[in-house]
Amino acid sequence: MKDFIIPQFPPGSDPQDERDMGTPARSGAPVSLSIDGFAVTVPEGTSVMRAAAEAGIMVPKLCASDNMEAFGSCRLCVVEIEGRKGTPASCTTPVAEGMVVHTQSGKVKRIRKGVMELYISDHPLDCLTCAANGDCELQDAAGQVGLRDVRYAPGQNHFDPSGSGARSQAEARLRMPVDQANPRYVPKDESNPYFTFDPSKCIVCSRCVRACEEVQGTFALTIEGRGFDSKVSAGAATDDFLHSECVSCGACVQACPTATLQEKSVIEMGTPHRSVITTCAYCGVGCSFKAELNGDQLVRMVPYKHGKANRGHSCVKGRFAYGYANHRDRILKPMIRDRIDEPWREVEWDEALAFAAGRMSALQQKYGRRSIGVITSSRCTNEETYLVQKLARAVFLNNNTDTCARVCHSPTGYGLGKTFGTSAGTQDFDSVEKADVVMIIGANPTDGHPVFASRLKKRLRQGARLIVVDPRRTDIVRSPHVEAAYHLPLRPGTNVAVVTAMAHVIVTEGLVDEAFIRERCDWDEFQHYAEFVSQDRHSPETMQPLTGVPAADLRAAARLYATGGNGAIYYGLGVTEHSQGSTTVMGIANLAMLTGNVGREGVGVNPLRGQNNVQGSCDMGSFPHELPGYRHVKLPDVRKIFETAWGVEIDPEPGLRIPNMLDAAVEGTFKGLYCQGEDILQSDPDTHHVAAGLKAMECVIVHDLFLNETANYAHVFLPGSSFLEKEGTFTNAERRINRVRRVMAPLNGFEDWEVTQALANAMGANWTYTHASQIMDEIAATTPTFEGVSFALLEEKGSVQWPCNEAAPEGTPTMHVDHFVSGKGHFIVTEYLPTDEKSGPRFPLLLTTGRILSQYNVGAQTRRTANVVWHPEDVLEIHPHDAETRGVNQGDWVRLASRSGETTLRATLTDRVAPGVVYTTFHHPATQANVVTTDFSDWATNCPEYKVTAVQVSPSNGPSDWQECYNEQAERARRILPAAE
Amino acid sequence: MHHDAQAPTENEIRAVAAPLASLEGPLLPMLHAVQHEYGCVPEAAVPVLADLLNLSRAEVHGVVSFYHDFRKAPAGKHILRLCRAEACQSMGGQALAEATLARLGIGWHDTTANGAVTVEPVYCLGLCACAPAAMLDDRVVARLDAARLDRLLAEAGA
Repeated sequence: MKDFIIPQFPPGSDPQDERDMGTPARSGAPVSLSIDGFAVTVPEGTSVMRAAAEAGIMVPKLCASDNMEAFGSCRLCVVEIEGRKGTPASCTTPVAEGMVVHTQSGKVKRIRKGVMELYISDHPLDCLTCAANGDCELQDAAGQVGLRDVRYAPGQNHFDPSGSGARSQAEARLRMPVDQANPRYVPKDESNPYFTFDPSKCIVCSRCVRACEEVQGTFALTIEGRGFDSKVSAGAATDDFLHSECVSCGACVQACPTATLQEKSVIEMGTPHRSVITTCAYCGVGCSFKAELNGDQLVRMVPYKHGKANRGHSCVKGRFAYGYANHRDRILKPMIRDRIDEPWREVEWDEALAFAAGRMSALQQKYGRRSIGVITSSRCTNEETYLVQKLARAVFLNNNTDTCARVCHSPTGYGLGKTFGTSAGTQDFDSVEKADVVMIIGANPTDGHPVFASRLKKRLRQGARLIVVDPRRTDIVRSPHVEAAYHLPLRPGTNVAVVTAMAHVIVTEGLVDEAFIRERCDWDEFQHYAEFVSQDRHSPETMQPLTGVPAADLRAAARLYATGGNGAIYYGLGVTEHSQGSTTVMGIANLAMLTGNVGREGVGVNPLRGQNNVQGSCDMGSFPHELPGYRHVKLPDVRKIFETAWGVEIDPEPGLRIPNMLDAAVEGTFKGLYCQGEDILQSDPDTHHVAAGLKAMECVIVHDLFLNETANYAHVFLPGSSFLEKEGTFTNAERRINRVRRVMAPLNGFEDWEVTQALANAMGANWTYTHASQIMDEIAATTPTFEGVSFALLEEKGSVQWPCNEAAPEGTPTMHVDHFVSGKGHFIVTEYLPTDEKSGPRFPLLLTTGRILSQYNVGAQTRRTANVVWHPEDVLEIHPHDAETRGVNQGDWVRLASRSGETTLRATLTDRVAPGVVYTTFHHPATQANVVTTDFSDWATNCPEYKVTAVQVSPSNGPSDWQECYNEQAERARRILPAAE
Repeated sequence: MHHDAQAPTENEIRAVAAPLASLEGPLLPMLHAVQHEYGCVPEAAVPVLADLLNLSRAEVHGVVSFYHDFRKAPAGKHILRLCRAEACQSMGGQALAEATLARLGIGWHDTTANGAVTVEPVYCLGLCACAPAAMLDDRVVARLDAARLDRLLAEAGA
């Protein structure tokens, strides 16, 4: 069923085996025993229950599950062992050499039946009308033990609301329609939007409590009271599920053997009868899910036990927040209009494509070949992204292609490319289980990458140490059972100074791994770098006034990272989205090389990717200077490969980046844009400038699920298909290529790549792909790191991590194992240059932005789900001191102003942020936090400096002028005239 | 014991519990200290103790609710615990308890109208050899009979 612990399969077993083996797998010396006369050999430490399961013998159980440690409370799994007294529980009894076990003796069968009878004496007999009917382990166990009768007379119980001796809740309601007469009966808790908690069906097996602790690591559940009064409680006495510490990851619902914790969708729609394994379309963790359906109706998403990124775990977004795919806001018919102040006109596909193709071609004729371009999406598949950049290069005949990774992880590509030789993270997620010291820089994994955070927390509870470098006290700094050894709360914009100061400590205190550096890295570059960081101006003490980080803490953190065993760095957009984003990435790579923390499990440099396919969209040649596989468009031999494959001549000049496209549009030289699955108006910095650029274009084609904010400036709207409606692949943060499978037909009629192909063909191309796999075949044929990848291989392996080629036919979990991909690792000097965005008298505070667990990116998906109960609006976090001097109280409306613009939102007072720093999220278009952010960007890649904006906060009465003006424009731009019948 | 009509604030609870944080297994000592100070473990103490020990609210709630001795509201001035375990029952403890409750006009866990005594059941005080047994506040009393119990109640002001 689910296995959060890395499953280990004995040779010959089926790796896709979905049975619940009862207890986690162990690794150890082989132990042989006999179970019911069958010889079994399992690793030392394995339970008798699991050993039996390996032999195909399923011992009845209720409280055991193979994703959590054995508990031994249900007493159903008892067995007899020759030479031992009594009837031990098979889940808590480890195997021993020569052991002879009987799972079906008359004695244990009698005990199991008696135990089952007791369970059922306090359980309603409503199976036929129960939501778990057919999917209930209690029901299964009753069948297994042959329960035929319950001899206990009706007595005190938890299930009968009437207290009238009814044996089922249906009967109780007939006897007394009002739930009142039984003080032990507790009605359902329906506060969580996605699942219900019905204590009347609970058998108190503690699986939910243990799942919350061991798998998710939140500890939101407990058993309250004792004895017959024991019951599961979310949070403390006054909490319900919604108001408890529960993060709605769904692990408890999955663990529950009865209908006590049950998805509302199953209650409403019935148990699903078919399932398709696919990949979540939210963050860059790339969790594998089983989409469970009835026909084409999606009933629920359940994390897939054998998913190698998530190991059977999930978060609230992937598990529950898929309702946007069927939301009434989905646009399913193509629409066009001549001017953006006109209402939309619904048309047939042919007309829309002809209109779009005609306009784009005409623009090229009038303004030149380079006057139009594309933006690829990190939410779409590799195959779709590949086709969109191919559209620019092979049909538009220019390199005007860019991607939303421009605004998030482009510095990662640049920085890791320069130092390690590959634009990607070095590890797989399993690696965290071998880490001893984890350093998180500018990432908030419990909100942004929750499934990785759960895996990390599990490792931290085992004793790994944690360093957090972040201006905010994020949850991972301190949450139940996890506490960072050091939190370095730096001032926004001083990442390079902090990372260089850490290198100063490591070098000057002699903590470098010289053997590693001599063998793996360029020695001259190292010496130059060591001399640079050793200068006193980089010492933690000298840097302290600038960074705000106490020098003693920084020194201690650097020592811990360098000497604490396997050191692993995980970082996020708090590193990249700065004017020196690329420099910080290189500084991080330097730290890993200095300490020899590259090239094996448990170490490495790991970017936590924001969107599901950021890695893939970068790999697929979305950038204007690179063809697929990060090869420069200036290189004739690279162009030759694609010119041969595509039968066109490729422009050797790099094209425009997104900010350049917008600048050129304002200047009047860039006129047409095909934007797939990205909302640049909301997500990109300096909204005024984005709006001005879009307004100046003569043909904006938006290809999306919804009429997003960018579509307010579009002339053509092409309906998109959700991840549930198409075939393809996503590549997650660990370079893992995961299959996305079509679980239902596209609601708009076409998968996104088909629409791109139709547009290309309407512009004169002759593309003839009939399945996404053919696009992957073309990628593999042209791109060396993908050489071995095919849909057939992915079917066989489940997933592979690139590079996947002749040298690594099964992919590459850990990179740079024997040597760096580029030969030698390169140390690069990281000179700290303060950003031009400085706080001053007019704008004395520094704003940094981020996101929250329940919402995702611009919120286009999550705002259209019940997730809004957790985060209905963006709020501004401000330190109580800063609030007090401004007369701002908790919950007040405030005006947030920068040099770029202003917006209004509510304030919340918290010491999570330091004085002088404020923080907000960018999930809601009503707030438009990016009206405030500036057009400063990373020196190397133009990645915007979202994380530092000098602002002022003052009390406010209502929306800003821009908000009012924009809302009016948006309302006008969204009018739709239905097609004439 | 400090009986403040007002519910204690977060900072007051913190001040009571925080000095015990360095003990090994500090949660139970903290709960005892809070109960000693306020006569009960107020709901507001749960998040404070959770934060002090970096536990979840649920975990603290699980511990508090497991032990019947931790009270949700302050008891009367004195607590009389009457043993209801097997040995005491066999020596007439049950009848004695029922008669006493009837005379006081209260049920188990209740407090007399004048606030003097709260009567709680207890399951074995380890005095089986001289059952039936009881405990008034911190003092154990054995070989109970109606007269001795009356004297105890009178002493407690019931």
